[in-house]
Amino acid sequence: MNQPILSVREITKSFGAIRAVDGVSFDVYPGEILGLIGPNGSGKSTLFNCILGQLQPNSGEVEINGRPVSGRRPCDLNKLGLGRTFQQLSVFPQMSVIDNIILAGQEHRGSLFGRLFGAPDAGLTADAERLIEFFRLSHLKDEMAGSLSYGQQKLVDAAMAFMAGPGLVLLDEPAGGVNLTMLAGLKERLVSYNREHGTTFVVIEHNMEFVMSLCSRIIVLAEGRIIAEGPPDEVRANPTVIDAYLGG
Amino acid sequence: MKRRLTPILLVVGLALLIVAPLGQTDYIKYILSSWLIFAIAAMGLNLTLGYAGQISLAQASFIGIGAYTTALLTLAGVPWIPSMLAAMAVSFLVGLALGFPALRVQGHFLAFVTLAFNTLFYLVARNEDWLTGGPYGLSGMPRPDFWLFDTNQNLPFYYFTLAVFVVAAALMWGIVRSPWGRAFKGLRENPIRAESLGVDTRRITLLAFAIGSAYGGLAGALISPLVQFINPDSFALVQSIRILLMVVVGGAGFFFGPLFGAAMVILLPEFLRFTEGYYLMIYASAVIVLMVFCPSGLIGAGQALRERFRPGHRVRGDMKQGSQL
Repeated sequence: MNQPILSVREITKSFGAIRAVDGVSFDVYPGEILGLIGPNGSGKSTLFNCILGQLQPNSGEVEINGRPVSGRRPCDLNKLGLGRTFQQLSVFPQMSVIDNIILAGQEHRGSLFGRLFGAPDAGLTADAERLIEFFRLSHLKDEMAGSLSYGQQKLVDAAMAFMAGPGLVLLDEPAGGVNLTMLAGLKERLVSYNREHGTTFVVIEHNMEFVMSLCSRIIVLAEGRIIAEGPPDEVRANPTVIDAYLGG
Repeated sequence: MKRRLTPILLVVGLALLIVAPLGQTDYIKYILSSWLIFAIAAMGLNLTLGYAGQISLAQASFIGIGAYTTALLTLAGVPWIPSMLAAMAVSFLVGLALGFPALRVQGHFLAFVTLAFNTLFYLVARNEDWLTGGPYGLSGMPRPDFWLFDTNQNLPFYYFTLAVFVVAAALMWGIVRSPWGRAFKGLRENPIRAESLGVDTRRITLLAFAIGSAYGGLAGALISPLVQFINPDSFALVQSIRILLMVVVGGAGFFFGPLFGAAMVILLPEFLRFTEGYYLMIYASAVIVLMVFCPSGLIGAGQALRERFRPGHRVRGDMKQGSQL
């Protein structure tokens, strides 16, 4: 197998007496779509935040393409090719859709002072329009992001994560609050992006139908620990997973 | 339509600013110069607060830093332009330093940090007589003299201030239209998301403070020769609150907000003087009414009015193509 694009080694994170993540280790390989599931409070989002530099783990190591990145800031990790979406809506509401998308890519263009004296759009309008078209939002590109429906804002949020051409995208509940019609479209776009660009995804999701049909491998967390790992069908039939999360 | 209208409005606005002092008394010319100078200071605070979302109650101290730097240098015989550049540089560096607390605290905590800085500046200016002249201040600063263009009279000084204002506004327009402007707005609206998209929020926060402060320094570099007398009271906390009022009343985060806000705070009380003893009460009531009914300021109110009278195509975009997305 190839070298992992992401290696998580013995990550532990506590909040006071509560151990939210307890010695979690796993690898993610290039081009893979990995699902991370588990009951509420199982440590999924905390683990994401530890990987992405938003939280400092108490112990453990994160490597991207074999390079240790623990302690790096989120903006530095983004420049290493890591994109993410958030559990809550996370667009810039008082900026237009196209400005949201351009902002997601502009920091990868030139130096800080080069951006001040360069083109206002950092030369990204065409790329942003292509991505907006890919997510079928062209008719909304000049609307304020905050004026869009919840589902549309989720799409803008997802599109922003792709603007800088990341090698690895961590999606935190992309299907949360999204209607069924749109969900099918979102899945189709994620699969298509994965095939066209070889982008690797790690997806946290509670929608079992969505995550089982999207991912090639699933990791199940409960009480901060990995309780199962494997292909979707195997995980679905695992008695420990049924007992801890899926239910009868 | 909007693209065609904007340059026309800009030309009309500039023409009005050019003819405004003609035929007016010396006092009105002085007040108009003062308006433009405070508009520059408010423009700086608008970048820090309106665009980047970092509250500051210290803008008057940066006007003070600029005014004292310019006063000391011009009294020592240094021409105005290098004095002004020094004033902006000192304000930029002190503003950069003041930005560091903003990396740790936000909201009302940051407001108190900046408030404390303004008080500290006031105390230093009042107590360090050897440098600032203490409570008696500094006086007799020369007005700029550019060979054939002498600004000793109030009319040429107004045009000189207008020229500086136009250059400062053009530079600010360049900043807020650039990717930096987008990053400032990202910082204001969702700093965690902005950081996850590669925006170095620490650097952008510091820049927002430093550039906003440099504009305060520029305003100070103009106040010094306009008034030709400065003392610590001119840069006390109440002045910072007035500049904050200019930004909020004009419309925080709107480019022309500070110009209108400064007009409301500086010019309106003068227009209301015919009401004699009541003018400050009427002025204060007008501010209260404006803030209650138009919290996004004068520009925000104008935009809301325009939206109301626009044809109904601004219905939410998704309705145009069904609700599948």
